[in-house]
Amino acid sequence: MSLVVPTELEKEIDERITHYPVSRRSAVLPVLHALQHHFGYITEEAVEWTAQKLEIEPIKVLEVVTFYPGFRQSAPGKYHIRVCRTLSCAMAGSYELMESLCQITGIDRSGVDHHHPIAVSADGKYSIEFAECLASCGTAPVCMVNDDFHEGVKDVEGLVKKYI
Amino acid sequence: MSQDLIDVQIDGKWHKFPKGTRMIEACRLAGVEVPHYCYHPKLSSPGNCRMCLVQMGMPPRPNPGETPVTDADGHLPISWMPRAVIACANTISPNMGIRTTGEVTESCRQGVMEFLLANHPLDCPICDQAGECSLQEFSVEHGKGESRFRDQKVKKPKNVQVGPRVRLDDERCIMCSRCIRFMDEIVDDPVLGFTDRGSHTTLAVHPGRDLSNNYSINTVDICPVGALTSNDFRFRMRAWFMKETDTIDTNCGTGSNITVSTRQGKIYRITPRRNNEVNSDWLPDSHRLNFHWIHSDKRLTDPMIKDRGKHRIASHQDAIITAVDKLRKFKPEEIAIIASGRMTNEELMMVRLLKQQIGVKDVDIIPRLGKPDGYLISADLNPNTHGAKSVLGLKDPGASLENIKKDIRSRKIKALIVFQEDLITGGLFKTVDLESLDFLVSTYPLANPTADLANVIFPAACWAEKNGTMINVTGRLQRLHQVIEAPGQTLKPWEIIRDLIQAFGGKTGFYSSMDIFSQITREVPDFAGLKWSDVGPQGIPLLKTGITIPLLEREKQRIKEGKIVG
Amino acid sequence: MWKDLLKNTFKAGKESLMSNIQYLPGKEPHPRETRIIFKNVDRVGWDQSIGCYIKDGGYEMLKKGLKMTPVEIREEVKTAGLRGRGGAGFPAGVKWGFIPPTNEKPVYLICNADESEPGTFKDRYIIHQDPHQLIEGMVLACYSVGAHLAYIYIREEFPEGAIILEKAIEEARANHFLGKNILGSGFDLEIYVHRGAGAYICGEETGLIESLEGKRPYPRIKPPYFPAAMGLYLCPTIVNNVETLCHVKHILEVGGVEWAKTGKPNNTGTRILCVSGDVKKPGYYEVQVGHVTMGELINDFCGGLKEGRSLKAVIPGGSSAKVLRADEKFKLGKGEDAREISIWDIPMDFDSLAACGSMAGSGGVIVIDDSRSISWVLNNINNFYAHESCGQCTPCREGSLWMKKITDRLVAGQASPDDIKTLESVAYNIDGKTICAFGEACAWPTESFIAKFREELIGDTKSELSGDIVNQESKLAAAGVESLHSHSVVR
Repeated sequence: MSLVVPTELEKEIDERITHYPVSRRSAVLPVLHALQHHFGYITEEAVEWTAQKLEIEPIKVLEVVTFYPGFRQSAPGKYHIRVCRTLSCAMAGSYELMESLCQITGIDRSGVDHHHPIAVSADGKYSIEFAECLASCGTAPVCMVNDDFHEGVKDVEGLVKKYI
Repeated sequence: MSQDLIDVQIDGKWHKFPKGTRMIEACRLAGVEVPHYCYHPKLSSPGNCRMCLVQMGMPPRPNPGETPVTDADGHLPISWMPRAVIACANTISPNMGIRTTGEVTESCRQGVMEFLLANHPLDCPICDQAGECSLQEFSVEHGKGESRFRDQKVKKPKNVQVGPRVRLDDERCIMCSRCIRFMDEIVDDPVLGFTDRGSHTTLAVHPGRDLSNNYSINTVDICPVGALTSNDFRFRMRAWFMKETDTIDTNCGTGSNITVSTRQGKIYRITPRRNNEVNSDWLPDSHRLNFHWIHSDKRLTDPMIKDRGKHRIASHQDAIITAVDKLRKFKPEEIAIIASGRMTNEELMMVRLLKQQIGVKDVDIIPRLGKPDGYLISADLNPNTHGAKSVLGLKDPGASLENIKKDIRSRKIKALIVFQEDLITGGLFKTVDLESLDFLVSTYPLANPTADLANVIFPAACWAEKNGTMINVTGRLQRLHQVIEAPGQTLKPWEIIRDLIQAFGGKTGFYSSMDIFSQITREVPDFAGLKWSDVGPQGIPLLKTGITIPLLEREKQRIKEGKIVG
Repeated sequence: MWKDLLKNTFKAGKESLMSNIQYLPGKEPHPRETRIIFKNVDRVGWDQSIGCYIKDGGYEMLKKGLKMTPVEIREEVKTAGLRGRGGAGFPAGVKWGFIPPTNEKPVYLICNADESEPGTFKDRYIIHQDPHQLIEGMVLACYSVGAHLAYIYIREEFPEGAIILEKAIEEARANHFLGKNILGSGFDLEIYVHRGAGAYICGEETGLIESLEGKRPYPRIKPPYFPAAMGLYLCPTIVNNVETLCHVKHILEVGGVEWAKTGKPNNTGTRILCVSGDVKKPGYYEVQVGHVTMGELINDFCGGLKEGRSLKAVIPGGSSAKVLRADEKFKLGKGEDAREISIWDIPMDFDSLAACGSMAGSGGVIVIDDSRSISWVLNNINNFYAHESCGQCTPCREGSLWMKKITDRLVAGQASPDDIKTLESVAYNIDGKTICAFGEACAWPTESFIAKFREELIGDTKSELSGDIVNQESKLAAAGVESLHSHSVVR
């Protein structure tokens, strides 16, 4: 099954590729970002599509997809939450933040391991994972919901209420 | 060129090396082994395994106005760096010092060894690489001998069929990336890659693709551990039980240099042997796996004589006498000889002598053309076309085959002697052509349709069962070495021809192929003045053919660009 | 104009802010701050638009710079003594000078906006609130090094930042500050934003370059791949941090000589210190390098430690910097200037922190109070580095995860005193043996935490677990049997 990429998206991707006049391969991250933004995650078909687009072997795309935690290979929830796990946030209670987020969104993280960092709520609405340092240590604890950034998170319920 | 040589001290001794030499190669030239995994002279150097870390030093920069004090030999003192450097990717510089022993180097090696083993399975007893594993070897020399790693090892895919001929155990992989670089850089088929990251980094072939390239088994050769193994070889024989013999491949005109591993007369594996003028370090899978027929039940093991339409086993002597008695009944011009571009120069010399002995007019070989692969496989699939041209004096090999066929059909030729060829399978001759002959003699290692029609059949040794020389497509003269004994009453082709000549009343005085070689050097101008011993294990350039080997040309370019050592 | 500010304030020995700038309530800079790079961060009435920037005198330095020669700009930066704000502290002008003079290949400039060293959060605010400052600095730097194509490598976790930068680039192009024949100078430049995808290693300049080439961000070996000679697409490439590039326009404003008068000799200029952890008022503070001590930073700027708490340790330059213990004594200065100081008196500059056995790094100061378990802190850091190791070279790949596994057990009460010895030697076996500086980054925390808190760490171990080696070995044997099993299936 091959990926059906809407014309608009492909146009955007083609434009992105022009930012790399020396090597199309350089566009692998922007292409994957665009695909993930649209489809929610990177499928095997998306890898093949990207490889074809950039005229490289699919393994060279997969190498990149699997390297970066920023790319997901399974469907996230409608709202994907990333909780900063690193020192300053952890000191400010990010593990506790993770726990309350899971509780409120009904996510069970017991199956999480290195290869499956993301847990999704049963209704598919929320997904969550720990992220390493989100570079806002001064306003810890911080998290991201999709592309929104939330700092100094104290009112967890209030936060989740924004995403219903 | 002495101005291009620079002084380098290795483990206290001063040496001279050409400028630009990598430190690891300088050590090798000085007879000092620097352990390594990722470095391979034919591939780019990522410097990732860190096993080749050595201590390096340079003369201290003198203060302004100060003249540096040299030692009695005129060398400058060396101030040693506390931090080790990789020997694989760094080049030497004048007055550099390298320490491959001592605390700094040794602690690096111990540390790296321990790290490599931390997540490596301790399954040597059932690992196919055991006995030829760099991890094992360097563990003995540089390891701690005990494990401090008390935690769970990383789990990874095991027993993955990455291609039709290659299998992968990811837990054994030490991520040196040699195989990936080989596929990327040498054969332009980048199907391998690393997925995931950190300690979870996993060698993989893309889902739905496979490592089916005709050079795939080279990845097994260069894998320093038991991660990649050859389906054809794995679990068939322990490395330490095998005897290794160097010879050359005869599957095409390139004449790739190979090592054949055998035990008790049986071939288990063929691996490429480095020759930078022929095949570099590589070998096509199709060539290296083409040996199982040698041990098949299709082998002819006894001479045969056809009696009333049926073959019966005969002694070699009987077969020779029968063949020659019959052949004598024909006029010389009624006899033709078809030899083979797969025969050695020495065998071809014997053909030439037999031709003279009988007075035969027509001698030719069967040309065998294929599609060159742009790497190592040449268009000429005969390993010794150039030898045949030179020794038999053929200007255009195969040119007289049509005439021979016509003459057979018109019964001008009534007897045919075929050496080491099957005329029918190749499609050049039809069964009816050969059936119209009065007499047919055939030598060949295997049962075949031509032999079926022959009046006398001699089982003849194959490439692995004989010595001799051949000339490859580039004009390089190379030696073939006998690897195993031939089965049953099989003789070497030159011995069969010698006996035919003698039965015809001729004299040869040859006791070995070396004797024939001497004869060649006397009679064939291209070989004039050569001695057997001149042809070393790497061969020597003999003819100018103008033909090049594409893979080597690209390699030379990469050497020139400094990308690889070569 | 901060030129006047500098002249007036520093010469007068006063450090005050321009009175006409108002900051958002609660976000007012500390009186001892010298806001140059962060002048517009949290500024009332400020937005990211080019109009706002130009009204404030923006792009004037570009006009000035384009009338200078590229070498003149480089010399000003050299004279200024601007040291890289990314972590290594290498002089930027010197770095620019490493481009081979005989070079005929294209030159590239990359702005490292991968801000990923834990404890560091300064570039975020520049990008989000003052993008044109960065672009102006980049155009000047590109003009100086002869780059006609530049990228801003921004971390994926700043999605809004990427959008802001792209908009700013469009605005700059529309105003002829970018594109062909910039302001009629004949100089062409395109800048593109390139988003990362969540990998710390992309902050390492050669890893970043590989990432930008579309490959796994495996750092390159040096030699031969020094970016200034063989960088992006094997062409000369200058990689500078966001803050570093922003400084360029300010250097041109006052000139290198004047600029170098701020800060301290060899530690010139201002830099943004990011404080997080156990202080009352964590945040960012732009100060003249070396003009503030650790004690002043923690107590005056950050309001001190939390109620009833005392200082246990400080990680002064991002999580990879070696930890400093609260009760340590440090030796500073040489000869007659030699003095012994406490942690509170360490001047926050490159050289002083190096002399104290740590580093200024990326300016991320993480304060740890006495409520924290050192084992827990170290384990958190080790988790980070094990997760972020790219896995290319052996010591870091295997060692980072090994260290995490040991401290995982330590925190879980499953470690023996021997494990601490192993942990320490694993760190030293990584340190100095890897392709890139990540090796040190992941080894230094363990090395320094053990050196300074050995007793506390050992206190968290259980000596009876030393005998557990036997059990562990049987676990290994079990693993061996497992692999045996999978092989026997094949056979």
